[in-house]
Amino acid sequence: MCLAVPGRVEAVFDADGVRMGTLTFGGVRKDVCLAYLPDVGVGDYALVHAGFAISQVDEATAAETLRTFAEMGVLADELGEEAG
Amino acid sequence: MKYLTEFRDGELAQKLAAEIRAAVTRPWAIMEVCGGQTHAIIRHGLDQLLPPELELVHGPGCPVCVTPVAAIDRALAVAAAPGVIFCSFGDMLRVPGTREDLFAVKGRGADVRVVYSPLDAVRLAKGNPARQVVFFAIGFETTAPANALAVHQAAQLGLANFSVLVSHVLVPPAMEAILSSPANRVRAFLAAGHVCSVMGYHQYPPLAERYRVPIVVTGFEPLDLLDGIRRAVRQLEAGTHAVENAYPRVVTFDGNRAAQAMLAEVFEVCDRDWRGIGTIPNSGWRLRGGYRRFDAEERFAVGDIRSAESPHCRSGEVLRGTLKPNQCPAFGTTCTPRTPLGATMVSGEGACAAYFNYGRLTAVGTERATCPT
Ligand code: SF4
Repeated sequence: MCLAVPGRVEAVFDADGVRMGTLTFGGVRKDVCLAYLPDVGVGDYALVHAGFAISQVDEATAAETLRTFAEMGVLADELGEEAG
Repeated sequence: MKYLTEFRDGELAQKLAAEIRAAVTRPWAIMEVCGGQTHAIIRHGLDQLLPPELELVHGPGCPVCVTPVAAIDRALAVAAAPGVIFCSFGDMLRVPGTREDLFAVKGRGADVRVVYSPLDAVRLAKGNPARQVVFFAIGFETTAPANALAVHQAAQLGLANFSVLVSHVLVPPAMEAILSSPANRVRAFLAAGHVCSVMGYHQYPPLAERYRVPIVVTGFEPLDLLDGIRRAVRQLEAGTHAVENAYPRVVTFDGNRAAQAMLAEVFEVCDRDWRGIGTIPNSGWRLRGGYRRFDAEERFAVGDIRSAESPHCRSGEVLRGTLKPNQCPAFGTTCTPRTPLGATMVSGEGACAAYFNYGRLTAVGTERATCPT
């Protein structure tokens, strides 16, 4: 139940005085509350849980992490450790 | 998110696992705190890529699993009250109370509805002024901000027919309870990434220092989890106990300040009962001051209900990491996802359900290795 899913902000609007957004999750659209991410706008990615965006997802860091993993993989090869 | 598939790269996972195998020289028990992490570990077979000396212990981080039986019984009583629309997340419906679950009460005609967000419950209250709408506010720090805002919004809208049945729990006190137990075997933690996305990880350095445990903030994809394990192992082998953030694309040191401010506005810390574990001091939230008028427990006078857990269920030991689900005598026999004895078999993130659903039906460690997909 505590899992959150990342979605892309397509539109931002107001409902009963609360900042909301329409997000797409791999093609599925949902309206979620953006009250806790006041700086997030159209085109940004956010992690959504229980109908609330709780954290902006940082694409640059994601790419960086993957690059590090890839380099580590090369390192593990050089250490001669047989994978699998 | 466009990188999702890359974080499941099987070849890279094998390489990370190889690095972990090369680093481990002694037996270590590492606890993944969050039930979502348990689920991912078992689903992708990550436990089977690890060396035998390294044991992953499953933690208490499944909100459905740790909601005490008394809270379920209170929910059943409120849901059965005349005129009530009772709203809950779907996975709470089959969690057994002392005698029955929310599904059974719904089957007898109670108006029990599954909502996606607590704001849906507020909207229902606004649209049904003649009915009492109650939301079952359970969950860890990840879910609590949503529930806090729902209460805040109900106050703003002046709704007299909305209330919440609160059973919120907090992660760091539970980690401390595990570490301070004489039976503790846990030497390092993979901290729950999504809890940290809200709360940050500034709460953890004192814990790491006092108990000399490495704590690594960890995500939920196979590579995230292997990276968290790798970092924990590296620290254990080196004898260090720092707090590391292995989930920086989502988690910052400070966390979400706006959410924390709303939590502080609506809730205050209280002692809380955990299913199968007992009372942990300062481990929960309850409504604060002016927001107490939204407390369903008082509005429906259900505070004194007597409850009893199934005597056959050993989920308390599972949640504290001292028993593997498939070591419970009821596992897979009298207790299955269709006929659950305990919440850890009900919830999709419960350790018992994860073991059952992904075929960990035999003794630990005898399964064939599978590749993460
Ligand atoms: S297998 Fe069933 S009875 Fe045993 S601990 Fe898990 S939920 Fe409880």
